[in-house]
Amino acid sequence: MTVPPRPTPGVPRPYEFPDVVRATLSTGMRVVVVPMPRLPLVTVLGLIDAGASGETNAEAGLAALTARTLVEGTHSLDGAALTARLEGLGTSLGGAADWDASSVHFTVTRSRLRAAFALFGETLRTPAFAATEVERLREERLADLAQQLAEPRGLADQRFNGFVYAPNTRFARPVGGTVGSVQALDRAAVSRYHAAHYGAATTTLLFVGDIRPDEAVAMAEEEFQAWRNSAQPSASAPDAVARAATSSRRVVVVEKPGAPQSELRIGHVGVPRSHPDHLAIVVMNAILGGLFSSRINLNLRERHAFTYGASSGFDWRRAAGPFAVRTAVKTEVTARAVEEILRELDGMRAAPPSADEVTLATDYLAGVFPIRFESTDAVAGALASALTFGLAEDWFLRYRDRVRAIGPDEVFAAAQAHLDPTRLLVLAVGDGAAITESLDALALGPLTRHASDADPAEAP
Amino acid sequence: MRIPVTTYTLANGLRVILSEDHATPVVAVNLWYHVGSANERAGRTGFAHLFEHMLFQGSAQVAANEHFELVQRAGGTLNGSTWLDRTNYFETMPSHQLELALWLEADRMARLLPAMTQEKLDTQRDVVKNERRWSVDNQPYGTWWERLPALCFPPEHPFHHSLIGSMEDLSAASLEDVATFFRTYYTPDNAVLTIAGDFDPAAARTMVDRHFAAIPRGTGRPPLPAMTLPATFGGGRREVVEDDVVAPRLFLAFRVPAAGSAGWYAASLMGAVLGTGDGSRLARALVREQRIASAATAYTFDLAKGSDLLVCDVTAHPGVTADALEAAVLAEIDRVRRPDAPDAVQEAERERALALLETSWVTALQSAGARADKLSQFATYFDDPARVNEEPARHAAVRVADLAAFAAASLGPDNRAALLYVPRHTPAAEAA
Repeated sequence: MTVPPRPTPGVPRPYEFPDVVRATLSTGMRVVVVPMPRLPLVTVLGLIDAGASGETNAEAGLAALTARTLVEGTHSLDGAALTARLEGLGTSLGGAADWDASSVHFTVTRSRLRAAFALFGETLRTPAFAATEVERLREERLADLAQQLAEPRGLADQRFNGFVYAPNTRFARPVGGTVGSVQALDRAAVSRYHAAHYGAATTTLLFVGDIRPDEAVAMAEEEFQAWRNSAQPSASAPDAVARAATSSRRVVVVEKPGAPQSELRIGHVGVPRSHPDHLAIVVMNAILGGLFSSRINLNLRERHAFTYGASSGFDWRRAAGPFAVRTAVKTEVTARAVEEILRELDGMRAAPPSADEVTLATDYLAGVFPIRFESTDAVAGALASALTFGLAEDWFLRYRDRVRAIGPDEVFAAAQAHLDPTRLLVLAVGDGAAITESLDALALGPLTRHASDADPAEAP
Repeated sequence: MRIPVTTYTLANGLRVILSEDHATPVVAVNLWYHVGSANERAGRTGFAHLFEHMLFQGSAQVAANEHFELVQRAGGTLNGSTWLDRTNYFETMPSHQLELALWLEADRMARLLPAMTQEKLDTQRDVVKNERRWSVDNQPYGTWWERLPALCFPPEHPFHHSLIGSMEDLSAASLEDVATFFRTYYTPDNAVLTIAGDFDPAAARTMVDRHFAAIPRGTGRPPLPAMTLPATFGGGRREVVEDDVVAPRLFLAFRVPAAGSAGWYAASLMGAVLGTGDGSRLARALVREQRIASAATAYTFDLAKGSDLLVCDVTAHPGVTADALEAAVLAEIDRVRRPDAPDAVQEAERERALALLETSWVTALQSAGARADKLSQFATYFDDPARVNEEPARHAAVRVADLAAFAAASLGPDNRAALLYVPRHTPAAEAA
């Protein structure tokens, strides 16, 4: 039979990020509305300027516990009753805190929006923080921590952060807090945190979906006009939360005797989201380890078959989040995999990538843009992130052009400025007896071995 | 909101489903092959999934890994997945790149074997072995995935054996196996192709013809052995596994009617009553009230052949014994089997479950890729893609009396398979 040649693309259909309408309520509360009327569905997200970065180490986990407990009952409805009302409307409230903000969100069908929004408003304004619920969710956080530390990936992520940041920094600890800090949290602390940081001045309401801007604003005004208090954003000192543990390269082995794979995390403290090189770093990282066809994945998975997958990433926060290469490799090839990863990091800094490699990354990032934003909750999440980082209002409108403007020189400069092999932390969670000798033979720097339950952020 | 559905069949047997939606310039291409781990021969567990990896290793006109590169360069997303009785491959593309995805899928359906080499097979075999280590062997509770089907289906049943496969069987897979599997199962008459999203139907039909019409029909796939089993397990089953975990976890499975059959919708809705959301029976009782569990969910496997499984998946708080966890879960199951309020499922619970299902249904339909996958699924299993639109009504037709009848028939002691994970080397375990 005849074999059809590779087709040429058709003519691109225009795509614009949905219109974003902004308003301010009488109380000063901000509202953002994005009409996406295709399906009868609305996502509502309350974004609160209260993040875990602003916590002291002693109270680590307070923002997260507050956001989680918030949705467990109000002055008039206990946790079970609130849950029953919301689920009867086909929805639930998700409360969560991240480093730079807290959020409460739900997605509901259009006909049930008003009823669900009333429960959402009541929850934000008058949470009960019942002692039993605070205690229950504190226990759940502790159970969660225990589960994460028993799981090689969770353990590797936590220990990487714990060793890469200085022991007294907030970023050395998880968003949700440590065993020690969480045990000390109670109803009084949670109530105080809510009173201090949840209010009209710190909250932005996002509506995305089958709703008109005037409807959304009227509904928000009606529900929140009485919410007046003295809430302030949580403050943080970016240098203090994100200080690196050391500026020299070292190797850490976290013991998991008999493990068939080593979980590797290799990286260092990165840069804040506000850094002017942000997009160049995103493109550089896509080439290095962000895409399936990236250098690190093709090397470790498709060339050497050391792993099911390998990737790299910069974690974007207001203060400097971590940069890390992540993979799980067969125990026997641990040191060889580390060598290959270091080779790729060096290679990224040694010469500019080809134009072809760069356009693979930029065409992907620009082209995939409409696919990222098919759903109301994806648009709400992206806008929440843009608000948290104070991005320009035209960020999404100009994103694709900006990405496509990045070339090999910008990528090369980003690699040289923001990948630093001399200060890498090379961390392996694995069978120490089997991997230590070969890792040490790489002579990357001092090597230390640690029991799996030794948390550097809680060392005496 | 109904998903538009147009269906036709090429002369070679390929079923094609078109579903237009021009809200955003995105189009999804989704291909289901009606083959999964159930079709593996003895000694080749894991082969269907290993074969899925080989489909990304190039074909006559596509170099190894070029499939990923071409799709991503075009601004698309892609992947594939293997299940017990099907394997799917999918791309979501900017709409003007539709034909690239069709060309890539057609090239590997028509001309995979010229690109297959021993070296590629050896590499992907090692990649899959690492996938096994990562997702099963080095993961707390990771073996549940193969232990639960083994506990619930008899040894000769096609769903009994491991989907990811044993290391030994993966080692045994040969290039000849690749060729045989390809010729037997990767044929147009054993596949469904769905295009969903922003496209012109006439242009899409022309493209489908251009790339797929000349691919020859297969010689017919060998039938699966009989999958029909008695309605219940016919007795309790129980397996206790010591693992490197910090808390006990119970998988409690029930044999239920095959997905999509008349009796299945009550099982599906019962799953939501028991374990969807914080207000579900299990979450409310075990997580909120008794504080025995940190997580409690229930779901069906959605198996459309023979019979399905309904599974309650409950993780204890650290420190809670496995016995206490199991007793608490069984108490809740026994409750829904009693005839009277408040133990039996109440109308408000049915409505809660239906409301949650409705929201997740509409939410999922936002994505062209999810719509396409649903249509391929319904065409493959029921030969009726348009039936997708009846799913909400079929769930809504289940009444509390149907839930009670289902509980009586399927949630009893004669139909429970308990897979219980317990921490290794804990003082509690040693004392027991």
